[in-house]
Amino acid sequence: MLSRTADHLFWMSRYLERAENLARLLDVTWQYTLVPLSDEAQRQQWNAVLVLNSLEVPFTAKYAEVNGDSVLRFMVRDEGNLSSIYACLRMARENAHAVRGTITNEMWETINTAWLELREQSYEQLVVNEPGEFFEWVKARVSLLRGVTSGTMLRDEAFDFIGLGALLERADNTARLLDVKYYVLKSSDDGTSDFYAWGALLRAVSAFEAYRRTFRSSIQPERVAELLILNGNMPRSLAFCLEGLVKTLRRVANDQSTETLRQAGRLYATLRYGRIEDFLQEGLHEFLTDFMKHIYALGDRISRDFLVV
Amino acid sequence: MPFYDEMYDDAGAVRPGYRHYVEWLRSIDPERLSRKRAEADVAFRRVGITFAVYGEEAGKERLIPFDVIPRILPANEWRLIERGLRQRVAALNRFLHDIYHEQEILRSGIIPSHVVTENRQYRPQMQGLAVPGGVYAHIAGIDLVRADDGLFYVLEDNLRVPSGVSYMIEDRKMMMRLFPELFVRHRVAPVQHYPDLLLAQLRAAAPAGVDDPTCVLLTPGAFNSAYFEHTFLAQQMGIDLVEGRDLFVQDETVYMRTTQGPKRVDVIYRRVDDDFLDPEVFRPDSLLGVPGLLRAYRAGRVTLANAIGTGVADDKSIYPYVPAMIRFYLGEEPILHNVQTWLGRDPQDLRYILAHLPELVVKEVHGSGGKGMLIGPMASTAEIEEFRAKLRTQPENYVAQPTLALSTCPTFVEEGIAPRHIDLRPFVLSGKAIEMVPGGLTRVALESGSLVVNSSQGGGTKDTWVLEC
Repeated sequence: MLSRTADHLFWMSRYLERAENLARLLDVTWQYTLVPLSDEAQRQQWNAVLVLNSLEVPFTAKYAEVNGDSVLRFMVRDEGNLSSIYACLRMARENAHAVRGTITNEMWETINTAWLELREQSYEQLVVNEPGEFFEWVKARVSLLRGVTSGTMLRDEAFDFIGLGALLERADNTARLLDVKYYVLKSSDDGTSDFYAWGALLRAVSAFEAYRRTFRSSIQPERVAELLILNGNMPRSLAFCLEGLVKTLRRVANDQSTETLRQAGRLYATLRYGRIEDFLQEGLHEFLTDFMKHIYALGDRISRDFLVV
Repeated sequence: MPFYDEMYDDAGAVRPGYRHYVEWLRSIDPERLSRKRAEADVAFRRVGITFAVYGEEAGKERLIPFDVIPRILPANEWRLIERGLRQRVAALNRFLHDIYHEQEILRSGIIPSHVVTENRQYRPQMQGLAVPGGVYAHIAGIDLVRADDGLFYVLEDNLRVPSGVSYMIEDRKMMMRLFPELFVRHRVAPVQHYPDLLLAQLRAAAPAGVDDPTCVLLTPGAFNSAYFEHTFLAQQMGIDLVEGRDLFVQDETVYMRTTQGPKRVDVIYRRVDDDFLDPEVFRPDSLLGVPGLLRAYRAGRVTLANAIGTGVADDKSIYPYVPAMIRFYLGEEPILHNVQTWLGRDPQDLRYILAHLPELVVKEVHGSGGKGMLIGPMASTAEIEEFRAKLRTQPENYVAQPTLALSTCPTFVEEGIAPRHIDLRPFVLSGKAIEMVPGGLTRVALESGSLVVNSSQGGGTKDTWVLEC
């Protein structure tokens, strides 16, 4: 298929995945701050959202104080923040518009309708009273599109590049989330709030029930890390994403993509055959930082091999 | 000024084609029409059937208003129109072939040479070049209007990159969705297979020796006003929608950049104007085109649809000669009439134009989209004087026609159902044979009394029914 078309599909998918992950992160943060917390603990939770997305600098340029209201404003519908949910959906829709002849009508209508609904509402209408409802809306829209895509689209290259974008973005998002939360939570672990804190993190990746079913035990940080990194059956885990990436890269392979496939395969192997104890001993932060570097490099290589016009 | 109304005759009786429709219209709750119109708006917005507007906020998209009352053509009227269109488009293609080869029509003095060779739309690069099947205008949009005498006149031939066919198809889909019962009562000739016909024509136009051609649609990009149509047609035909930057030329062959490396392209349905096609030959500042495209084209390695240089046949200064072309090439009398046209470059005509400005429509020779024209009876004195000055300084830039009494069709507007002026643009496909779907796009001027139907000037569209009997 056309490289430019593949590029638009790839980015459409990445922005949608990013919007969903943002909604999940904001939702979990908001819910967590509903349990009694000190002002400083509240601030830390909201600050973690900015750190996670490397947005401290642009945020401080616009808002005086880090709190629930200012961070939600910035991350939900601030048109100037290129990482807001609003901006992600706008970019997703623009990319979809550029390839609306390649995606199915149902997919285009789903994206366009979501965009029109979002655009017509102010921050106040969207979030102030019921942030949870808005986050549900974002998740539901992206899930709907995922379902429509799976139910209507021909399984060809176009489908594969949509998959690559989503998997790459999701791997990065899960790794970031774990990286930031793991340390915030481990350091502030005072015994009472940990159930809620770890529970919130698991819910952010829809893995609370999965945790229970997999481990049948109380929530332990090491097991959470294991689930989100190594469990190949958990759709938001790093192992799941990498397995999908390797399979998809094999399907779309071209003359120059051999090295990319090799690097993806090697990264997958560290997850497939790794043990959580070793990662923890080496330092989870170091491991995740290294993983994100590899993900970034993979994205770069995919661009060069397939997408650059 | 008396008008021909499509639905009612002069005595107020319902015309035969509309009998069942009017019966139905009178039987339904008027509220229902409002509801259906609102439903159509929502659906069109959701589907994103929009056109981008130039000059306003970047990337802003607007809906083309859709009217829920169809325009109905009885079978016998359409048969006549269809014959006339076949004849006219055949002659126009013969003309294009002739002027880029032997130029017999110029040598025989039927058209003055300079009108063609000094025309801005004449492309010397096309001289002597053989195009597959001798077809230049693969896709033609012929604008027709019905005058107060009830006859159809050709207002304009569009042989470059005519647009609007996607609205024809979407309007039909919408009508079938809103009022399925009407399609039970009427035998309406289908139009949705247009993309099939188009694809077959494009494939058949491939360079000799290519058995399974790769066809693409070349668009200027997402900011073009007709972008929706480009995506729609590419999708319906299952071909790639490409921009200039997706293509490159190597060894006089056109390739597109794909995820599997370069892939040869054989047929380009281009929706980019000549001027922007190849910066090596035409406008050097064009970023929309493909450097070297003309070399590949001249080498016969790729087909362009439409061919380069078709604009010389739809130019307003050539238009008055089309009936003569039909007689010259086909030896037939024209079936569709031309509108009488006075040419600014002819001194005698110019005198007439200047003396009758308040009655005439004055158009720029190279203008399009309903812009840069004067409608005498509607114009202020200042506007008329402005055109008088323009005509005196650059008379060759203008032509004039009598103000036509465009026919009206009842239309559902703010104040209820009221007559509004309409035109008709059928789309004619030329290959080994000439093909078209029955009907075309009906455009309607939504403002009371307005004669300008262009979408860029606030015009809307109607579904066009050709009844099968």
